[in-house]
Amino acid sequence: MSFIHSDFNSAKSGEPEVGFQRDFAGEMPAVCVDKPTPAIALADCNNFYVSCERVFNPKLENRPVVVLSNNDGCLVARSNEAKALGLKMGEPFFKVRRLIERAGVKYYSSNYALYADMSQRVMSTLARFTPSIEIYSIDEAFLDFSRMAKAELGGHRLTYSPPYTDPAQIESPRQSLTDYARMVRATVKKWTGIPVSIGIAETKTLAKIANRFAKRFKKLDGVLDLRNMPDPERVLSQIDVNDVWGIGHRYALRLKIRGIGNAWQLRNADDRWIQKEMGVVGLRLVNELRAIPCLPLDLSPPRKKEIASSRSFGVPVESVTDIKQAVASFVTRAAEKLRKQHSFVCRLTVYLMTNPFKTEPQYYNAFPVCLPTPTASTPELIRYALQGVEAIFRPGFRYKKAGVVLSEFTTDAVIQTNFFDECDRSREIRLMRALDRINTRMGPGTLRFAAVGVHQRWLMRQQYCSPAYTSRWEQLASVHAK
Amino acid sequence: MWVEDVWSSNQFPRCLLPLAGASVAAGFPSPADDYVEKNLDLNEYLISNPAATFFVRVSGDSMINAGIHDRDILIVDRALTAQSGHVVIAVIEGELMVKRLRQLHRKWVLIPENDAFPPIEIKGEVELIIWGVVTYVVHPL
Repeated sequence: MSFIHSDFNSAKSGEPEVGFQRDFAGEMPAVCVDKPTPAIALADCNNFYVSCERVFNPKLENRPVVVLSNNDGCLVARSNEAKALGLKMGEPFFKVRRLIERAGVKYYSSNYALYADMSQRVMSTLARFTPSIEIYSIDEAFLDFSRMAKAELGGHRLTYSPPYTDPAQIESPRQSLTDYARMVRATVKKWTGIPVSIGIAETKTLAKIANRFAKRFKKLDGVLDLRNMPDPERVLSQIDVNDVWGIGHRYALRLKIRGIGNAWQLRNADDRWIQKEMGVVGLRLVNELRAIPCLPLDLSPPRKKEIASSRSFGVPVESVTDIKQAVASFVTRAAEKLRKQHSFVCRLTVYLMTNPFKTEPQYYNAFPVCLPTPTASTPELIRYALQGVEAIFRPGFRYKKAGVVLSEFTTDAVIQTNFFDECDRSREIRLMRALDRINTRMGPGTLRFAAVGVHQRWLMRQQYCSPAYTSRWEQLASVHAK
Repeated sequence: MWVEDVWSSNQFPRCLLPLAGASVAAGFPSPADDYVEKNLDLNEYLISNPAATFFVRVSGDSMINAGIHDRDILIVDRALTAQSGHVVIAVIEGELMVKRLRQLHRKWVLIPENDAFPPIEIKGEVELIIWGVVTYVVHPL
């Protein structure tokens, strides 16, 4: 397509960059006849948890590092050096501990406070480069680069308003989408210290595949644009169906029995057969492999309709006292979140479960409570939750997990008071406000309810946790002035 | 963590019949309401790019002449590009260090702000990694 924009020269001569909307307003449809192909990018942080640890502890650079799951159970993140040692994702820590220690691999418990903060920094940096972003997980986001793809066709510098203008980063006025993605990647790395890889394609499913390649091949420098693949067979036949986004283990087995082993074969599968075997969802997925977009970006910010707080116990718990303490502390956490979003809750559910992976007597039960008056008061919620525990607790089981779920919220303004309610609601609200203020200032749990207990035997094991570098004043990274 | 005090809260009463119900909001709005501005926020003043800004704690007094004391908190902006004269956080042999960055005779030098410490010249074999640029120091008086 040949399309030279009239503003091209002005951008070259160093005049201030104009935002996208203005550049193309009105003019675009007249010149550009056919619809430009969509460009969806998947930005994925490389070995995210390990990378977070490395930002504050540069000694870990170029060394094998792993991060362990809740309770230090198994490996959930591995540096490339750790992967090269043959350490597998999900491997139980106790099984590979000897190898890890012999090879000098550094290991850490999951530091969720740190990872959540770093994730938020990465996502807000990414959001500067596109108006449409879907935060898909703690370390992945889909970015819609379709507008930038239009500018690419016009031989333009790619910007997005508010533009990111670091003259050092933009060398050539004519940028490809690959250059733009490289700039995104360089900015995230500089601002947050986190390396990301970016795969670009016409659809989300293909962007996932592009990202795999961007990660795998060093010489791509972390970015691969798979749009308009000249030889899709060569690319897609390298991807096992198991690794296609959205294909579960069960479907992969079924497909393989039918001789569909890789993404290229899946792309060429018969529509009717796919629909019969995998339904509409499967058909959509296959179309995505054919570069036909079927899965739009989900741009709505996650609106909390439920607040859940639960934990797996560090050790199996058998006594009702321990369960009650755990549940009380989950309620405390959930109620804090509830007050932070200025909601009051109408429904509380408590649940308990044993470990389904153990061959021992199993029990699961949940107890929902409808609250007579919407509330955000920790002690009131604890009281109802503990009544729930008493109702469902059965002795003689080894419990693995408990939790509470708050649902059905109202906002501050619209509290339906109960005529029979004799609690002083406004006094309670002031008390909770004071409690939150003290705990914010002096650290979580400074002031807490005795129901949560003192020793907390059920707590998660997290023996090898790094400091909360970004969320606790007393745990900031230390810089040497020596 | 230690428990220092335990207080009892009055138990939540079971539902009983109260005598009076809701209170009614009344009165005139304050004439000053139209002039209320938002409060001053230090974050806004000190931090231009929250995604790239980190706080770190100083350990040692090699930067004392720059007004940076032991245990002070530094505000570090990673988005800034370090230039000669900036106080920076540099990574040297895997450690985070605070120094003044200078370019002298085409060579980069990390200079402490305390005569008791020697400057570090960046020679060919040493890799200089700038972690971020220090923008403010938080120091109690």
